[in-house]
Amino acid sequence: MSAAEQLLPATSVGTEPLFAVRDLTRLYGPEKGCQGVSFELYPGEVLGIVGESGSGKSTLLSLLCGRCPPDRGSVQYRDGAGDWLDLYAASEAERRTLLRTEWGFVEQNPRDGLRMGVSAGANIGERLMAQGVRHYGQLRAAGLDWLQQVEIDPARIDDLPRTFSGGMQQRLQIARNLVSSPKLVFMDEPTGGLDVSVQARLLDLLRGLVRELDLAVVIVTHDLAVARLLADRLMVMRRSRVVESGLTDQILDDPQHPYTQLLVSSVLQP
Amino acid sequence: MNTLIEVRDLAKTFTLHQQHGVSLQVLRGLSFTVAAGECLVLHGQSGAGKSTLLRTLYGNYLPAGGSIRIRHAGDWLELVGAEPRQVLAVRRQTLGYVSQFLRVIPRVPALEVVMEPALARGWSRADAEARAKALLTRLNIPERLWQLAPGTFSGGEQQRVNLARGFMVSWPVMLLDEPTASLDEANARVVLELIDDAKAAGSALIGIFHDRAIREAVADRYLDMTQEDLAHAS
Amino acid sequence: MNAQAIPASDAGYNFAYLDEQTKRMIRRALLKAVAIPGYQVPFGGREMPLPYGWGTGGMQLTAAILGADDVLKVIDQGADDTTNAVSIRRFFARTAGVATTERTPAATVIQTRHRIPETPLAAGQIMVYQVPIPEPLRFIEPSETETRTMHALGDYGVMHVKLYEDIATFGHIATSYAYPVTVDGRYVMDPSPIPKFDNPKLDRSPALMLFGAGREKRLYAVPPYTRVVSLDFEDHPFQIQQWEQCCAICGSGDSYLDELIVDDAGSKQFVCSDTDYCAQRAQQQESRP
Repeated sequence: MSAAEQLLPATSVGTEPLFAVRDLTRLYGPEKGCQGVSFELYPGEVLGIVGESGSGKSTLLSLLCGRCPPDRGSVQYRDGAGDWLDLYAASEAERRTLLRTEWGFVEQNPRDGLRMGVSAGANIGERLMAQGVRHYGQLRAAGLDWLQQVEIDPARIDDLPRTFSGGMQQRLQIARNLVSSPKLVFMDEPTGGLDVSVQARLLDLLRGLVRELDLAVVIVTHDLAVARLLADRLMVMRRSRVVESGLTDQILDDPQHPYTQLLVSSVLQP
Repeated sequence: MNTLIEVRDLAKTFTLHQQHGVSLQVLRGLSFTVAAGECLVLHGQSGAGKSTLLRTLYGNYLPAGGSIRIRHAGDWLELVGAEPRQVLAVRRQTLGYVSQFLRVIPRVPALEVVMEPALARGWSRADAEARAKALLTRLNIPERLWQLAPGTFSGGEQQRVNLARGFMVSWPVMLLDEPTASLDEANARVVLELIDDAKAAGSALIGIFHDRAIREAVADRYLDMTQEDLAHAS
Repeated sequence: MNAQAIPASDAGYNFAYLDEQTKRMIRRALLKAVAIPGYQVPFGGREMPLPYGWGTGGMQLTAAILGADDVLKVIDQGADDTTNAVSIRRFFARTAGVATTERTPAATVIQTRHRIPETPLAAGQIMVYQVPIPEPLRFIEPSETETRTMHALGDYGVMHVKLYEDIATFGHIATSYAYPVTVDGRYVMDPSPIPKFDNPKLDRSPALMLFGAGREKRLYAVPPYTRVVSLDFEDHPFQIQQWEQCCAICGSGDSYLDELIVDDAGSKQFVCSDTDYCAQRAQQQESRP
């Protein structure tokens, strides 16, 4: 048995967090928005945020990714050079650079995350062009490579995204984000609008890419099956607060908080 | 003795908030240790909390109190209250769990399912594939099924795919939840061999086995869980 | 030579039509534009006695910089004798009483639509461009707030998306006019709908370049001797248009040519789009023994 055994240190266990969130709060009204959220995320770790509509998941996500300044609290990111960057103390320019280099954002609706008026290849190449790649041949090669990685026929590189199916658009959006080799990717209900059969394919693809690229991911979903498949750990939100957090299978198989128990027991299990 | 896992005063309670907050105490004051090369078999009737104990040890259930310490990466690590990523690291490197049920992931072929624990440890694909194929062959999964997702397999085939996955890499500590239940004699014998291999390689095993013959073949010690008040290692 | 009879200036208008306050406001905006090459400065555009799209932006700039002893040339598609060019020339002759010319070297101010003269410009000359859409990022980003932020942050990746699409679709960069440029290594600028043939003439030109968009109420500038670089890819470098033919009138082999259909059979001729340049060359050839 030990012949093939190679006890390498597991790649996913970082010694220092990649992302640190302290007391993050933004309220639009009593218990509307999110409040008092703190956590750390390590390289390669996948954090799922679950809860019903209106629980504050989406607010939290936009606070985390720099789209909306918090009332209180901080978001810090350790960049490629190992320096900590305070997201909301940084300049708009630094935030934007981060969002198109070391970060990615996969929108629920691919129309929000893609440029529908330009070809699939241009969608994939845009981040590289923004980073200063000025070689058409390289952009083309990256486009073909990523289409293959997300299981889209490379022959469709010059087609407009609007000629793609919903599942293909979502995979194209993922390629568009991953082309810059990000370390941290935010996902907002990435399988939300898709048929179940298409969902499975996308989830499988995401699982593989997350492990292969050692991505840290924050994924917002109301689908507990998606959470179980993708997330290492979960935060359960209800009325703007995190009511429970921990290992994904522990939260789903042995929920402690009354609300989590209700949430888990409400799901139909096929 | 080279102790690999040490459990002290472990308790597990389920509070069912959806059912008027009724509280069930399933484990209480449980203490034992298991050493390298040793197999501890949990003993007790159905409902005594054997599976609950395994799941609590694995971190799948949240303990209500006590301590679970495990030798991980050369150090003792307390699992009760550990960070999720620590638990995941322990599950990747140190603590294996083999049940009779396979959690099927859509679209992932059987071969990949089996290889996954090795790939997570950073094995090369070639090494992982060689061992996975050897295991699937040993457990009599026909080669034509290897590239198919196990969702459509029979219950027995799924169980054997899961066993191959469980024995894919060597675990310092292994939890076995009725791995041989409903297997035919030939396959059960293979599992026995795999368990013996693991013991010989220095794994500490904790298991539940309903079949008396198998239980007697693998057990070094028993943990009696029938009288919960007096629960202790015999 | 080409100097026209100057119509008597109309005393009923303020000098160059616009009132002095408006001209001062536009000059202040122009100073800012010159100080920040390629940056779009908003200005309080006025109603002009002709519709948007006919050069109202360029005319307001010309009105603001014109002095009594300036000599004005106006071209449209390279020609001095088209309706738009003639009208604007006469407009300023009448409202400002300035001299006008068709000769490029004789002009101090040249208002243009679509072309930069072939005759090299000299220090002291001012080019005024009529601009329909001043924002080079507009094709991909409809929000003004967002395009301003993109300019502020130098966030210009999307400009190459357009060029990428060209190559993917046509095999080469097919954008042939309003071809985007980087000014002084900082701002990306729309050089107005001049053919990309004229882009190299912007680079380090001794003349001052002023751009005015009447409908959008934006102006911008390229000061003399400023670096102006056309965007491109390393493996698809910027190239200007080329013709196999020479001008049918003056025989020029290196000017921008217009294609003319000369009879009902569809026979084609290629002639210089810059009428003054063409006429000067033809005249020189005739006078030569």
